[in-house]
Amino acid sequence: MSEPIALTVRDAVCLFDVSPPFLDRVLSGARRRVLRAVDGVSFTVRRGRTLGVVGESGCGKSTLARMIVGLQPPTAGTLRLEDMPLADGSLARPRVQMIFQDPYASLNPRWRVGDIVAEPIRELKLVQGEAAVQARVAQLLETVGLAAADAARFPHAFSGGQRQRISIARALATEADVLVCDEPTSALDVSVQAQILNLMRRLQAELGLTYILISHNLSVVRHMADDIAIMYLGRFVETGPAEEVFANPRHPYTRLLLETIPDVQHPNRDRQPLSGEVPSPIDPPPGCPFHPRCPQAEARCRETRPALEMRDGRQVACFVVR
Amino acid sequence: MSGAAPLLSVRDLRVAFHTRRGRLVALDGVSFDIAPGEILGVVGESGAGKSLTGTAVIGLLDPPGRIDGGEIWLEGRRIDTLSPAEMRRVRGRQIGAIFQDPLTSLHPLLTVGAQLEETIRTHLPLGRAEAKARAVALLREVGIPAPETRVSQYPHQFSGGMRQRVVIALALAAEPKLIIADEPTTALDVSIQAQITALLRRLCRTHGTGVMLVTHDMGVIAETADRVAVMYAGRLVELGAVDQVVRAPRHPYTAGLMASIPRMGKREDVLAQIEGSMPRLGAIPPGCAFSPRCPSASARCMVEVPVLPAGGAGAACWHPVAEPAHV
Repeated sequence: MSEPIALTVRDAVCLFDVSPPFLDRVLSGARRRVLRAVDGVSFTVRRGRTLGVVGESGCGKSTLARMIVGLQPPTAGTLRLEDMPLADGSLARPRVQMIFQDPYASLNPRWRVGDIVAEPIRELKLVQGEAAVQARVAQLLETVGLAAADAARFPHAFSGGQRQRISIARALATEADVLVCDEPTSALDVSVQAQILNLMRRLQAELGLTYILISHNLSVVRHMADDIAIMYLGRFVETGPAEEVFANPRHPYTRLLLETIPDVQHPNRDRQPLSGEVPSPIDPPPGCPFHPRCPQAEARCRETRPALEMRDGRQVACFVVR
Repeated sequence: MSGAAPLLSVRDLRVAFHTRRGRLVALDGVSFDIAPGEILGVVGESGAGKSLTGTAVIGLLDPPGRIDGGEIWLEGRRIDTLSPAEMRRVRGRQIGAIFQDPLTSLHPLLTVGAQLEETIRTHLPLGRAEAKARAVALLREVGIPAPETRVSQYPHQFSGGMRQRVVIALALAAEPKLIIADEPTTALDVSIQAQITALLRRLCRTHGTGVMLVTHDMGVIAETADRVAVMYAGRLVELGAVDQVVRAPRHPYTAGLMASIPRMGKREDVLAQIEGSMPRLGAIPPGCAFSPRCPSASARCMVEVPVLPAGGAGAACWHPVAEPAHV
């Protein structure tokens, strides 16, 4: 835990205006509508560690990822990459890169793999001279388990897992320290997923990378993450060390989520499916946003929204279980 | 389940794509049975031929794909040789289908009630009012709240999980004997996924409907299916009861697949991985299709194609993983 902090997020908020067009509002008297995609999220990630962010679709986890890499400006709050000491003792801002979910959409089909991986090196002028660029590209491709000769081929010649390796090589080309991975394996088959997850773990050990892993797949997060944050309707409802959250989930949503995921080790077990659905983030319920689905909800849950409270190194936003 | 006469019987099914560059065999010697009220999970990675098996059974293969050999029997009647018109009567009436994306399997311009009533009146001798009442009853049965008002709404007014319930209601509309469910939960969130698999199980038990559940998700299979068929490169490599296949797989491919799934219980440093990837259709190696990636492959595996043991349960492998003593 003595590692320096790589990323600090303070009260990050991201709102989207989804109001009807101006004329419709005037004519029909419709009001402005605001979608609260991320609604006040704070956390820190230490260098060399993996934070897993878990939630169902529409909970704001991808918007959070886009804010961290700067693709989406926050409406309020701050996201800060902390300066890190380099090998020579000087301080520098870490570089952040993103691995996208769909390796078929995130690589330009008209570019050769070598050019895809070389672009950030040329753009950031990381090495001097074309020969050095090519040498670096070859080295990166070999790092992610491809051949140096693959640089001359086009993305269509590669399978999904190999394309995701190219995405990782491109992210590493910037000498990135922080990688934001948005569902990096959900488009892949399980045996290929295992190859990519193993690669990510190996690279983390070798290069000291910091990961922010966004996923809906709890078993992937369980395998990869040191710390975990459970997100529901734009807010964190439970955070803490992954081992403890999985061993002893506190928030009713975390518990139900862990209860509902299929477990290949226990076929055909009887279980209580989580009833109801995620409410719309445009019109969230008052009080705790989870109360309409919560088996333990009390009267105050319907009126006041519980804040995240720290206890035993874990944060839980719930009145009932604290 | 083996005592009952099978509802669906697929024997030595062979599907090929006839292209300008030659014939590509996509399904090769696939045989399995589904008993009434049984859920057979068909699992495999992309390109293994699992969806194609479902498509062949409901007779919706698109050219240049066609059935090149084998037989498909439904309730003692051979259906792979039926004319397109006869097959249309079988589809919907005797075989229902549920597809992955609930948004594209519903007509966006018709109310869900109109779509249900059309299906009901096409296949059952019911009047308009009776069909409407049945549509409401079906929506109630699949767990849609306030079915009386929901029946006159359009698909876009339903959430993803609710839409998939509507698709299930449509598949059930004519009380088919068999439902082909192709990745029915893949587009849904985990908590909704659990609701839909629980619904499928309940409906299949109460109606005695056989279900062929096609999915890439071993977790969904483990939670839902009675038996599992594992496919690899267009062939069936293992067939058996779900507990046995999941806990003590016999085929090295199934064993590798199971080991590569991250465990919820404990955290390993490195996941087991199967090196390489599945061969393309045009380049399936001679002998066992898995042999180039198999840790226990021998010279025989490169030459002779292994078959499933007689009786249909077990692994199509010359060197199956040893059965653990305690099972």
